[in-house]
Amino acid sequence: MNQRPANIVLEESFLDVRAKILEIAAVLDRVDRSLQDGTPLDEDISIRRDKIHDAIRLLLSEEPDRAERVQLLFSRKYSPAWRSELKVD
Amino acid sequence: MDYIDPHIHMVSRTTDDYATLARMGCVAMSEPAFWAGYDRGSVDGFRDYFRQLTETEPKRAAAYGIQHFTWLCINAKEAENVSLSRDVIAMIPEFLDAPNVLGIGEIGLNKNTRNESIVFLEHLELAIKHNQSILIHTPHLEDKFQGTRMILDMLSDDQRLDRTRVLVDHVEEHTIAEVLDRGFWAGMTLYPVTKCTPERAADMIEMTGGERLLVNSAGDWGPSKPTAVPDLIFELRRRGHRESLIKKVVYDNPIEFFSKSSNFKFKPRDAS
Repeated sequence: MNQRPANIVLEESFLDVRAKILEIAAVLDRVDRSLQDGTPLDEDISIRRDKIHDAIRLLLSEEPDRAERVQLLFSRKYSPAWRSELKVD
Repeated sequence: MDYIDPHIHMVSRTTDDYATLARMGCVAMSEPAFWAGYDRGSVDGFRDYFRQLTETEPKRAAAYGIQHFTWLCINAKEAENVSLSRDVIAMIPEFLDAPNVLGIGEIGLNKNTRNESIVFLEHLELAIKHNQSILIHTPHLEDKFQGTRMILDMLSDDQRLDRTRVLVDHVEEHTIAEVLDRGFWAGMTLYPVTKCTPERAADMIEMTGGERLLVNSAGDWGPSKPTAVPDLIFELRRRGHRESLIKKVVYDNPIEFFSKSSNFKFKPRDAS
Protein backbone atom coordinates (compact mmCIF):
# COMPACT_ATOMS: atom_id res chain seq x y z
CA MET A 1 0.00 0.00 0.00
CA ASN A 2 1.42 3.35 -1.09
CA GLN A 3 5.00 2.34 -0.28
CA ARG A 4 7.30 5.32 -0.67
CA PRO A 5 10.76 4.95 -2.23
CA ALA A 6 13.37 3.60 0.17
CA ASN A 7 15.62 6.59 -0.52
CA ILE A 8 12.96 8.93 0.81
CA VAL A 9 12.11 6.77 3.82
CA LEU A 10 15.74 6.51 4.87
CA GLU A 11 16.55 10.12 4.17
CA GLU A 12 13.68 11.47 6.25
CA SER A 13 14.32 8.98 9.07
CA PHE A 14 18.08 9.35 9.22
CA LEU A 15 18.32 11.95 11.98
CA ASP A 16 15.67 10.24 14.11
CA VAL A 17 17.50 6.92 13.85
CA ARG A 18 20.85 8.57 14.53
CA ALA A 19 19.42 10.18 17.68
CA LYS A 20 17.98 6.89 18.92
CA ILE A 21 21.26 5.04 18.33
CA LEU A 22 23.12 7.77 20.21
CA GLU A 23 20.72 7.37 23.14
CA ILE A 24 21.40 3.62 23.22
CA ALA A 25 25.16 4.20 23.02
CA ALA A 26 24.97 6.70 25.87
CA VAL A 27 22.97 4.33 28.07
CA LEU A 28 25.45 1.49 27.49
CA ASP A 29 28.35 3.87 28.29
CA ARG A 30 26.54 4.99 31.45
CA VAL A 31 26.17 1.39 32.57
CA ASP A 32 29.84 0.66 31.87
CA ARG A 33 30.98 3.69 33.85
CA SER A 34 28.84 2.64 36.80
CA LEU A 35 30.25 -0.88 36.67
CA GLN A 36 33.75 0.54 37.16
CA ASP A 37 33.08 0.73 40.90
CA GLY A 38 33.34 -3.07 40.93
CA THR A 39 29.72 -3.86 41.83
CA PRO A 40 28.40 -6.40 39.31
CA LEU A 41 24.91 -6.30 37.83
CA ASP A 42 22.26 -8.33 39.62
CA GLU A 43 21.39 -11.51 37.76
CA ASP A 44 17.95 -10.36 36.59
CA ILE A 45 19.35 -7.01 35.45
CA SER A 46 22.21 -8.77 33.67
CA ILE A 47 19.62 -10.83 31.76
CA ARG A 48 18.02 -7.59 30.61
CA ARG A 49 21.35 -6.27 29.36
CA ASP A 50 21.86 -9.51 27.43
CA LYS A 51 18.40 -9.04 25.87
CA ILE A 52 19.41 -5.57 24.73
CA HIS A 53 22.60 -6.95 23.19
CA ASP A 54 20.59 -9.69 21.44
CA ALA A 55 18.18 -7.06 20.11
CA ILE A 56 21.02 -4.96 18.74
CA ARG A 57 22.40 -7.99 16.91
CA LEU A 58 18.91 -8.71 15.56
CA LEU A 59 18.71 -5.20 14.11
CA LEU A 60 21.80 -5.91 12.04
CA SER A 61 20.37 -9.06 10.48
CA GLU A 62 19.22 -8.90 6.89
CA GLU A 63 15.95 -10.76 7.51
CA PRO A 64 12.61 -8.88 7.33
CA ASP A 65 10.13 -8.12 10.12
CA ARG A 66 12.73 -6.86 12.58
CA ALA A 67 10.11 -5.01 14.65
CA GLU A 68 8.08 -8.19 15.10
CA ARG A 69 11.18 -10.23 15.96
CA VAL A 70 12.37 -7.65 18.51
CA GLN A 71 8.92 -7.78 20.11
CA LEU A 72 9.14 -11.56 20.33
CA LEU A 73 12.65 -11.35 21.78
CA PHE A 74 11.26 -9.29 24.65
CA SER A 75 8.20 -11.54 25.07
CA ARG A 76 7.48 -14.57 27.19
CA LYS A 77 7.18 -17.81 25.29
CA TYR A 78 3.60 -18.90 24.63
CA SER A 79 2.66 -22.22 26.16
CA PRO A 80 -0.20 -23.94 24.29
CA ALA A 81 -0.78 -25.95 27.48
CA TRP A 82 -1.56 -22.86 29.53
CA ARG A 83 -5.07 -24.06 30.37
CA SER A 84 -3.89 -27.24 32.09
CA GLU A 85 -0.92 -25.46 33.68
CA LEU A 86 -3.22 -22.84 35.24
CA LYS A 87 -6.06 -25.32 35.78
CA VAL A 88 -8.51 -23.17 33.82
CA ASP A 89 -11.28 -25.23 32.24
CA MET B 1 -10.66 15.88 9.94
CA ASP B 2 -13.39 14.58 12.22
CA TYR B 3 -12.22 11.54 14.15
CA ILE B 4 -13.34 9.16 16.88
CA ASP B 5 -11.10 8.01 19.73
CA PRO B 6 -12.37 4.49 20.48
CA HIS B 7 -10.40 4.07 23.73
CA ILE B 8 -9.71 6.97 26.08
CA HIS B 9 -10.10 7.27 29.86
CA MET B 10 -11.57 10.72 30.28
CA VAL B 11 -12.34 10.31 34.00
CA SER B 12 -8.62 10.89 34.49
CA ARG B 13 -8.42 13.89 32.16
CA THR B 14 -9.26 17.53 32.73
CA THR B 15 -12.08 19.45 31.09
CA ASP B 16 -9.38 21.34 29.18
CA ASP B 17 -8.58 18.05 27.46
CA TYR B 18 -12.17 17.79 26.22
CA ALA B 19 -11.78 21.28 24.76
CA THR B 20 -8.46 20.40 23.12
CA LEU B 21 -9.83 17.17 21.66
CA ALA B 22 -12.83 19.03 20.23
CA ARG B 23 -10.51 21.55 18.58
CA MET B 24 -8.46 18.70 17.11
CA GLY B 25 -11.55 17.21 15.43
CA CYS B 26 -12.73 14.62 17.95
CA VAL B 27 -16.48 14.13 17.53
CA ALA B 28 -16.97 10.97 19.59
CA MET B 29 -15.09 8.74 21.97
CA SER B 30 -15.56 5.54 23.90
CA GLU B 31 -14.28 5.03 27.40
CA PRO B 32 -13.75 1.49 28.67
CA ALA B 33 -13.85 0.83 32.41
CA PHE B 34 -10.38 1.05 33.85
CA TRP B 35 -8.15 0.48 36.85
CA ALA B 36 -8.12 3.58 39.06
CA GLY B 37 -4.46 3.25 40.04
CA TYR B 38 -5.44 1.45 43.26
CA ASP B 39 -7.63 -1.58 43.94
CA ARG B 40 -11.17 -0.58 44.81
CA GLY B 41 -12.58 -2.29 47.86
CA SER B 42 -16.28 -2.77 47.27
CA VAL B 43 -18.95 -3.23 44.65
CA ASP B 44 -20.37 0.16 45.61
CA GLY B 45 -17.08 1.75 44.57
CA PHE B 46 -17.68 0.34 41.10
CA ARG B 47 -21.32 1.38 41.13
CA ASP B 48 -20.21 4.99 41.72
CA TYR B 49 -17.58 4.66 38.97
CA PHE B 50 -20.15 3.33 36.50
CA ARG B 51 -22.42 6.30 37.33
CA GLN B 52 -19.50 8.56 36.48
CA LEU B 53 -19.06 6.75 33.14
CA THR B 54 -22.76 6.74 32.24
CA GLU B 55 -23.90 10.09 33.66
CA THR B 56 -21.07 12.53 34.32
CA GLU B 57 -18.68 12.02 31.42
CA PRO B 58 -21.36 12.19 28.70
CA LYS B 59 -22.34 15.61 30.05
CA ARG B 60 -18.75 16.83 30.23
CA ALA B 61 -18.14 15.67 26.67
CA ALA B 62 -21.39 17.09 25.31
CA ALA B 63 -20.39 20.56 26.49
CA TYR B 64 -17.72 20.44 23.78
CA GLY B 65 -19.81 18.76 21.10
CA ILE B 66 -18.30 15.33 21.68
CA GLN B 67 -20.44 12.19 22.01
CA HIS B 68 -19.27 9.96 24.84
CA PHE B 69 -19.79 6.20 24.91
CA THR B 70 -18.58 3.67 27.43
CA TRP B 71 -17.91 -0.01 28.24
CA LEU B 72 -18.28 -1.64 31.66
CA CYS B 73 -16.35 -4.33 33.53
CA ILE B 74 -13.90 -4.92 36.33
CA ASN B 75 -10.42 -4.45 34.92
CA ALA B 76 -7.97 -7.36 34.82
CA LYS B 77 -5.70 -5.56 37.27
CA GLU B 78 -8.38 -6.03 39.93
CA ALA B 79 -9.40 -9.52 38.85
CA GLU B 80 -7.17 -11.29 41.36
CA ASN B 81 -10.03 -10.60 43.78
CA VAL B 82 -12.41 -13.11 42.21
CA SER B 83 -15.11 -12.61 44.83
CA LEU B 84 -15.27 -8.84 44.26
CA SER B 85 -15.09 -9.39 40.51
CA ARG B 86 -18.13 -11.65 40.65
CA ASP B 87 -20.05 -9.06 42.68
CA VAL B 88 -19.20 -6.40 40.09
CA ILE B 89 -20.14 -8.65 37.17
CA ALA B 90 -23.47 -9.36 38.85
CA MET B 91 -24.07 -5.60 39.28
CA ILE B 92 -23.17 -4.52 35.72
CA PRO B 93 -26.63 -5.29 34.22
CA GLU B 94 -28.00 -2.37 36.25
CA PHE B 95 -26.18 -0.12 33.74
CA LEU B 96 -26.45 -1.94 30.43
CA ASP B 97 -29.51 0.04 29.35
CA ALA B 98 -27.81 3.39 29.93
CA PRO B 99 -27.87 5.20 26.57
CA ASN B 100 -24.09 5.44 26.14
CA VAL B 101 -23.11 1.84 27.04
CA LEU B 102 -21.66 -0.04 24.06
CA GLY B 103 -20.71 -3.30 25.76
CA ILE B 104 -18.37 -5.12 28.13
CA GLY B 105 -14.81 -3.85 28.41
CA GLU B 106 -12.00 -3.47 28.77
CA ILE B 107 -11.77 -7.02 29.96
CA GLY B 108 -8.59 -9.01 29.44
CA LEU B 109 -5.44 -10.23 31.12
CA ASN B 110 -2.66 -8.38 32.92
CA LYS B 111 -0.23 -10.93 34.37
CA ASN B 112 -1.86 -13.91 32.65
CA THR B 113 -2.89 -15.64 35.88
CA ARG B 114 -5.52 -18.27 36.66
CA ASN B 115 -7.77 -15.76 38.45
CA GLU B 116 -7.56 -13.26 35.59
CA SER B 117 -8.52 -16.02 33.17
CA ILE B 118 -11.49 -17.09 35.30
CA VAL B 119 -12.79 -13.51 35.55
CA PHE B 120 -12.23 -13.01 31.82
CA LEU B 121 -14.34 -16.07 31.02
CA GLU B 122 -17.10 -14.89 33.36
CA HIS B 123 -17.13 -11.52 31.61
CA LEU B 124 -17.56 -13.36 28.31
CA GLU B 125 -20.59 -15.13 29.76
CA LEU B 126 -22.03 -11.80 30.83
CA ALA B 127 -21.54 -10.33 27.37
CA ILE B 128 -23.10 -13.31 25.63
CA LYS B 129 -26.05 -13.47 28.03
CA HIS B 130 -26.83 -9.79 27.43
CA ASN B 131 -25.91 -9.69 23.71
CA GLN B 132 -23.11 -7.16 24.25
CA SER B 133 -20.09 -6.27 22.14
CA ILE B 134 -16.70 -6.78 23.80
CA LEU B 135 -13.59 -4.61 24.11
CA ILE B 136 -10.45 -6.45 25.22
CA HIS B 137 -7.26 -5.26 26.89
CA THR B 138 -4.11 -7.21 26.12
CA PRO B 139 -1.21 -7.05 28.59
CA HIS B 140 1.84 -4.92 28.07
CA LEU B 141 5.53 -5.60 27.46
CA GLU B 142 6.83 -9.13 27.93
CA ASP B 143 3.40 -10.53 28.88
CA LYS B 144 1.64 -9.33 25.71
CA PHE B 145 2.42 -12.17 23.30
CA GLN B 146 1.48 -14.93 25.73
CA GLY B 147 -1.54 -13.04 27.08
CA THR B 148 -2.89 -12.21 23.64
CA ARG B 149 -2.62 -15.85 22.58
CA MET B 150 -4.40 -16.96 25.78
CA ILE B 151 -7.19 -14.46 25.13
CA LEU B 152 -7.55 -15.57 21.51
CA ASP B 153 -7.69 -19.20 22.70
CA MET B 154 -10.51 -18.41 25.11
CA LEU B 155 -12.42 -16.39 22.52
CA SER B 156 -11.97 -18.96 19.78
CA ASP B 157 -13.09 -21.82 22.01
CA ASP B 158 -16.51 -20.20 22.46
CA GLN B 159 -18.62 -20.89 19.39
CA ARG B 160 -21.37 -18.55 20.62
CA LEU B 161 -19.20 -15.44 20.14
CA ASP B 162 -19.65 -13.22 17.10
CA ARG B 163 -16.05 -12.32 16.30
CA THR B 164 -17.09 -9.21 14.41
CA ARG B 165 -18.35 -7.82 17.73
CA VAL B 166 -15.03 -8.25 19.54
CA LEU B 167 -12.23 -5.66 19.55
CA VAL B 168 -8.82 -6.88 20.76
CA ASP B 169 -6.91 -3.79 21.76
CA HIS B 170 -3.26 -2.78 22.22
CA VAL B 171 -2.02 -4.95 19.33
CA GLU B 172 1.56 -4.49 18.15
CA GLU B 173 3.75 -5.97 15.44
CA HIS B 174 3.88 -9.45 16.99
CA THR B 175 0.14 -9.79 17.71
CA ILE B 176 -1.76 -7.88 15.03
CA ALA B 177 -1.74 -10.57 12.34
CA GLU B 178 -3.22 -13.33 14.47
CA VAL B 179 -5.98 -11.07 15.83
CA LEU B 180 -7.05 -10.04 12.34
CA ASP B 181 -6.55 -13.50 10.82
CA ARG B 182 -8.89 -14.99 13.41
CA GLY B 183 -11.63 -12.54 12.39
CA PHE B 184 -11.57 -10.07 15.28
CA TRP B 185 -11.21 -6.30 15.19
CA ALA B 186 -7.82 -5.00 16.29
CA GLY B 187 -7.00 -1.79 18.13
CA MET B 188 -3.65 -0.02 18.13
CA THR B 189 -2.89 2.18 21.13
CA LEU B 190 -0.61 5.16 20.60
CA TYR B 191 1.28 5.53 23.83
CA PRO B 192 4.62 6.90 24.89
CA VAL B 193 7.30 4.32 25.76
CA THR B 194 5.23 1.20 26.45
CA LYS B 195 3.04 0.81 23.39
CA CYS B 196 2.92 1.97 19.80
CA THR B 197 4.11 5.22 18.22
CA PRO B 198 2.16 6.93 15.42
CA GLU B 199 4.98 5.98 13.05
CA ARG B 200 4.76 2.27 13.91
CA ALA B 201 0.97 2.40 13.74
CA ALA B 202 1.23 3.92 10.26
CA ASP B 203 3.57 1.05 9.30
CA MET B 204 1.00 -1.50 10.46
CA ILE B 205 -1.79 0.27 8.59
CA GLU B 206 0.33 0.11 5.45
CA MET B 207 1.06 -3.59 6.00
CA THR B 208 -2.54 -4.64 6.76
CA GLY B 209 -4.54 -2.19 4.65
CA GLY B 210 -6.56 -0.90 7.59
CA GLU B 211 -9.48 -3.35 7.48
CA ARG B 212 -10.97 -4.02 10.96
CA LEU B 213 -8.32 -1.76 12.46
CA LEU B 214 -8.90 1.01 15.01
CA VAL B 215 -6.45 3.51 16.52
CA ASN B 216 -6.74 5.08 19.95
CA SER B 217 -4.87 7.18 22.49
CA ALA B 218 -5.99 5.28 25.64
CA GLY B 219 -5.35 8.65 27.34
CA ASP B 220 -5.39 7.94 31.06
CA TRP B 221 -3.78 8.98 34.34
CA GLY B 222 -0.38 7.51 33.39
CA PRO B 223 2.09 8.76 30.78
CA SER B 224 -0.16 9.14 27.74
CA LYS B 225 -1.20 11.69 25.15
CA PRO B 226 -4.93 12.23 24.53
CA THR B 227 -4.24 13.87 21.15
CA ALA B 228 -2.30 10.88 19.82
CA VAL B 229 -4.89 10.06 17.14
CA PRO B 230 -4.41 13.45 15.43
CA ASP B 231 -0.67 12.68 15.58
CA LEU B 232 -1.36 9.54 13.54
CA ILE B 233 -3.50 11.50 11.08
CA PHE B 234 -0.57 13.89 10.64
CA GLU B 235 1.89 11.03 10.11
CA LEU B 236 -0.32 9.35 7.50
CA ARG B 237 -0.75 12.64 5.65
CA ARG B 238 2.98 13.26 5.81
CA ARG B 239 3.49 9.91 4.09
CA GLY B 240 1.08 10.90 1.34
CA HIS B 241 -1.79 8.56 2.12
CA ARG B 242 -5.24 9.26 0.73
CA GLU B 243 -7.71 11.09 2.95
CA SER B 244 -10.18 8.26 2.37
CA LEU B 245 -7.80 5.74 3.96
CA ILE B 246 -7.12 8.01 6.93
CA LYS B 247 -10.84 8.64 7.43
CA LYS B 248 -11.52 4.91 7.22
CA VAL B 249 -9.17 4.15 10.11
CA VAL B 250 -10.02 7.04 12.44
CA TYR B 251 -13.74 7.52 11.68
CA ASP B 252 -15.44 4.97 9.44
CA ASN B 253 -14.03 1.89 11.17
CA PRO B 254 -15.03 2.99 14.69
CA ILE B 255 -18.54 3.74 13.44
CA GLU B 256 -18.76 0.33 11.76
CA PHE B 257 -17.62 -1.50 14.89
CA PHE B 258 -19.65 0.56 17.37
CA SER B 259 -22.76 0.18 15.19
CA LYS B 260 -22.87 -3.45 16.30
CA SER B 261 -23.98 -2.11 19.70
CA SER B 262 -27.68 -1.26 19.98
CA ASN B 263 -26.95 1.83 22.08
CA PHE B 264 -24.70 3.45 19.47
CA LYS B 265 -26.77 6.38 18.23
CA PHE B 266 -24.10 8.51 16.58
CA LYS B 267 -24.94 11.88 15.07
CA PRO B 268 -22.37 13.02 12.49
CA ARG B 269 -21.36 16.64 12.76
CA ASP B 270 -23.21 17.62 9.59
CA ALA B 271 -26.44 15.74 10.44
CA SER B 272 -29.41 18.05 10.75
